[in-house]
Amino acid sequence: MENLLEIKSLNTYYGESHILRDVDLNVKSGEMVCLIGRNGVGKTTLLKSLIGLLKQKKGDIYLIGENINRKAPHLRARKGMAYVPQGREIIPYLSVEENLMLGMESLPGGLSNNKKIDPFIYDLFPILKDFLQRKGGDLSGGQQQQLAIARALLGKPQLLLLDEPTEGIQPNIVLDIENAINQIIRDTGIGVLLVEQHLHFVRQANRYYAMQRGGIVASGNTSELSQAVIDKFLSV
Amino acid sequence: MELLLDSLFNGVAIGSVLLVAALGLAIVFGLMGVINLAHGELMMLGAYTTYVTQLIFKLPILKPFYNSYILVSIFLAFIVSGVVGILLEKTIIRKLYGSPLETLLATWGVSLILQQFVRSVPLAYGTGLVISLIIGLFLPTTFPSKVKESINFKYFKFSTWIFAALTGVLTGSVISSNVSKLSRASARNVDVTAPSWMRGQVEILGTAFPKTRLMIILITLISVIVITLFLNQSAWGMRIRAVTQNRQMSDCLGISTEKVDIITFGIGSGLAGVAGVAVSLLGSVGPNVGGNYIVGCFMVVVLGGVGNLLGTVFASFGIGIMTDLIGAGRLLSIWPDMPLPLSNTINFFATTSMARVMIFALIVIFLQFKPTGLFPQKGRMVEN
Repeated sequence: MENLLEIKSLNTYYGESHILRDVDLNVKSGEMVCLIGRNGVGKTTLLKSLIGLLKQKKGDIYLIGENINRKAPHLRARKGMAYVPQGREIIPYLSVEENLMLGMESLPGGLSNNKKIDPFIYDLFPILKDFLQRKGGDLSGGQQQQLAIARALLGKPQLLLLDEPTEGIQPNIVLDIENAINQIIRDTGIGVLLVEQHLHFVRQANRYYAMQRGGIVASGNTSELSQAVIDKFLSV
Repeated sequence: MELLLDSLFNGVAIGSVLLVAALGLAIVFGLMGVINLAHGELMMLGAYTTYVTQLIFKLPILKPFYNSYILVSIFLAFIVSGVVGILLEKTIIRKLYGSPLETLLATWGVSLILQQFVRSVPLAYGTGLVISLIIGLFLPTTFPSKVKESINFKYFKFSTWIFAALTGVLTGSVISSNVSKLSRASARNVDVTAPSWMRGQVEILGTAFPKTRLMIILITLISVIVITLFLNQSAWGMRIRAVTQNRQMSDCLGISTEKVDIITFGIGSGLAGVAGVAVSLLGSVGPNVGGNYIVGCFMVVVLGGVGNLLGTVFASFGIGIMTDLIGAGRLLSIWPDMPLPLSNTINFFATTSMARVMIFALIVIFLQFKPTGLFPQKGRMVEN
C-alpha cells in the first residue's frame, strides 16, 4: 500500500543548531505510529517540520504521494494534515463552538461553506457539547485537549499529528482520549503519528520509531517492543 | 437641562470623531499589534479624497449629482486609504512582524513620505497613481481560478500592471486638464465645503445641533455597527480573530494568514480613510491634519483596553465629553459662583490645547493604576 506520509532524510535546524539528522519515517493509512524518545531529542521538532511551522534544510516530505516541502502550513492542512500541538493551542478568546468551526477551515470551501459542526465529535467528547458557548481559554487542560483533537478531526484529515496528547491530564480523560483516537482510526481509516510518553498508550500503536539525538535509532512493531527499548527511550 | 444636553452633544460629537479615527487603529494596533504611525496620514489621504471627489463632482457631467458627493467620497476614501494601507502592509510591515521598534520607525518614515507626497505631487496625478494601484492590486484577484493557477499567471499580472499604469496616467491627465485646482502641487491647506443639505442646524428640544456634526455621529455609528458585525458574525471576522490571537495555530488549521493580514490591515486603513472624511467636514485639510489625531487615537485605544472594540467606544466618548467639559470651561457655567482660585484654574485649562494637556495627564495617571485600560481581558487565559 502506498505511504500516506513519507519522510526522506529530513534535516532541520534551529538557527545554527542541528536538531533533526536524516530522519526517515513513513505512516500508512489506518495505522497508528508512535514516536518515542526522551525529552529534547527532536520529536516535537519533527512534527513541527511536518506541518510546516519549521522549514527543513534538507530532505523531502511526501503527503499522499505529493511533495509538500515548500507548502505553507495552511496548505498542508488543506491537503489533509491535522496537527494537535503540545500546548493544545486553543484560540483563547473564541468560544468552544467557534474553535470547532475553525477546524472546518481546511475542508474544501473553507469556513464559508462549512458551518455545521458534525455531531460525531459530541459522541467522542460529550463534554464539548455542554461548553459550546464558553471561551476556549477558560476550559481546563483536559477539556482543551479534547477540544483540540475534536477541532483537528472536524477537518476530515487523512493524517493526524498528535504531540503528547495525554501530557498532564487526569487519567480518566487520558482513557477517553485513547478510546476516541482508536475509534477514529477504526471508523475512518486515517493515519496517526503520535508523540507519546505513556507506555499504556504507546502499546496501542501499530509501530514505533525511537529517536535519539535527532535521529531515528530504532523502529519496529509495538508488539515486539522489548523492555530494553522501553528502558532506553521511555524513561519517566 | 439645555446646558447638559448641549454639553453632552458636543462631547459625543468630539468623541465620535475620535472614535471613527481610533476604530481603524483599534483593529491595526489593538488586534494585530502593529504600531502604525502612518495611520494619521491614511486619515489625511481620506480627507484629500473628499476634496478631490468634491472638485470632480463640480465637473459639468457630474454636477447634477453634486449633493451626493459626500456619500461617494466616504466609499472612495475607504478604498483609497485601504489600498495604500494594503500596499504598506505588503511592502514594509509584513517584513517587520514581531519587531515593534522597527515597525514604528518604518511607518513614521512612511508618514513623512505621504505628507511630502501631497505637498509636492499635483493631486490629479496622485489620484491617477491611486487608481492604478487599485487596478493593479485588485484586477488579478478577479481572474478565474484557471488563470490564477496557470504558470503564465505572472505575465497576466504584469500586463495588468501595465494596463493599470496606463489607466492611471490617463485619468491623471484628464483630471489635470479639467480641474485646474488639482493640476498644480500645493502645500497650502484646502477646504471641503459641505453640500447644501448638510449645512445649517437641526433643532431638537430647543437645542440647535449642527448638521455636519450629526452626520459625523451617523458615520461613526454606522462604522462601529458594521465593523462589530463583520468581526463577530462573518467567516472572515472569525479568521481575523483567530489569527490575531494565535497566528501559528491558525495557520496550521488552514487559515491563510497572509490573506487575513491583508484584509485586516486594509479594513483598519480604510476606516482611517472614513475618519478622514469626517475630519474634512470639521476644518481645513492639510498635509499635517493626521498628526493632530494620531496621539489621541493611540490614547483612546490604550485607555479602552488594547484589542477591545467596546473599550474603544467608551474611551473615545469619555475623552470627548471630558474635552468638552474642560476645554469649554463648562464647570464654570454649571457652578457660576465657585471660589476664585478654582475658577482661575478652570479658565486656565479652558482652551483646546490646554484641555488636551489636562486630559492626557489624566489618562497617564489613570493608566498608572489600571495599565490594561478600562476593559481588560478577563478569564483563565489572562493568568498564564
